[in-house]
Amino acid sequence: MKSLPTLLVIGGSAGSLEVLMQLLPELKMDWPLAMIIVLHRKADSETLLSDLLSTKTCLCVKEAEEKDILLAGCIYVAPADYHLLIEPDGSLTLDASEKVHYSRPSIDVTFISAAEACGDRLYCLLLSGANMDGAEGLQIVHELGGFTAVQDPETAEASFMPKCAISTAKVDKVLNIREMIDFVRDLKE
Amino acid sequence: MKDHLRHLKDEDVLLLLNDLLEQYGYDFTDYSFASVKRRLQRVYIADRFPSFAEFRYRVKTDPGYLVHLMEQITVNVTEMFRDPGFFQELRRQVLPILATYPLIRIWHAGCSSGEEAYSVAILLHELNLLHKSIIYATDINESVLETARKGIFPLQYMQQYSQNYLLSGGKEEFSRYYAANYEHAKFSDTLREKIIFAVHNLVTDRSFNEFQLIICRNVLIYFNKDLQDKVLHLFSDSLEQLGFLALGAKETLRFTTVAPLFKPVAQKEKIWRKMTQ
Repeated sequence: MKSLPTLLVIGGSAGSLEVLMQLLPELKMDWPLAMIIVLHRKADSETLLSDLLSTKTCLCVKEAEEKDILLAGCIYVAPADYHLLIEPDGSLTLDASEKVHYSRPSIDVTFISAAEACGDRLYCLLLSGANMDGAEGLQIVHELGGFTAVQDPETAEASFMPKCAISTAKVDKVLNIREMIDFVRDLKE
Repeated sequence: MKDHLRHLKDEDVLLLLNDLLEQYGYDFTDYSFASVKRRLQRVYIADRFPSFAEFRYRVKTDPGYLVHLMEQITVNVTEMFRDPGFFQELRRQVLPILATYPLIRIWHAGCSSGEEAYSVAILLHELNLLHKSIIYATDINESVLETARKGIFPLQYMQQYSQNYLLSGGKEEFSRYYAANYEHAKFSDTLREKIIFAVHNLVTDRSFNEFQLIICRNVLIYFNKDLQDKVLHLFSDSLEQLGFLALGAKETLRFTTVAPLFKPVAQKEKIWRKMTQ
């Protein structure tokens, strides 16, 4: 079986969309990882976040569908009102179970699932937000060998989420927006 | 943070799934692994087992605990008129066609605690079809069916349900369908009498009737491709010619082996019609 591509999962809530809009245009066609984006938003959001994000990058952006296979150079956006899980074979599962931290999709759910599927071939980045989602997930990512990074709360529109992660999880790097862009752009397979 | 260290390994999950199959006949081996593992992990931590061995021992020796475990493994999150657009299409496109039949038979598969089955009964009532309809609402868990049969739901959700109902094109006062009592809303017997709640396991049980409409929403997402195909064939075999199949917002017939047998009726709302034998 072909092994999974190395994966970057980005989680964010209030104030994180602006960061993504700055980050995505910096990625080149040959960016070698697969990316999953989990953003909190209203359950019935009509506008597709994936459509909005795809205007900012040359990489392929799609709303994650169940059984999609993670491919390098592709960006998968967790759909509104579903949790997104990663199977051991690199396919995606949607899950309509209970909200976690009042959120579906929940960042913790995807971080933890990614950690179990990808182990040390995983980078997780937590952005601005006003919720404690993501902190527990980052700790498990760390325990299972993945790399953890958090937006510098000083640069975050809502600092609670990154602060919460820094105080409860083992965070490998705290990055301002410029550093974050460099970090993601330079990730290697 | 000690909980994090108590992580179920993939091998542990496979052992448990094997126990459930061998000992109790519940086959979760074709379920989405990541989802089942997550559910088991949650129970394992919530019920504070000191080790996996003790968790496994409890599952194997305590049938009472099994009931609890089954409830926890399967997802029982549901609401009335969830995805109002779907119920609007049902009202607009599907039920007027079913109205031409002398007896309307509907199968609601994976009904959980019954909120959607009651929603469908309300639509039928409003189209003056309920008297000649039967809704067979089935689930793998007897315990959630118990709740469903009572038709009693927490009063605190009624505001949300009422809003969903209005968005789905409902024109009545939603509160006329239930009697409020302290924290509970008890739905009217007129609705309940037309719903038969029964245990049915989509993985192992067969077709039990022919229907004009099968509703199965947010169930297939937890199955692997093979099991999805198998269940879709079960649905196809259980539908009359020109019967309707309704799936969840993120589920599709695309790339499945039954796709050629169906024609989309409402693509966005995931309703298909059986066109060939």
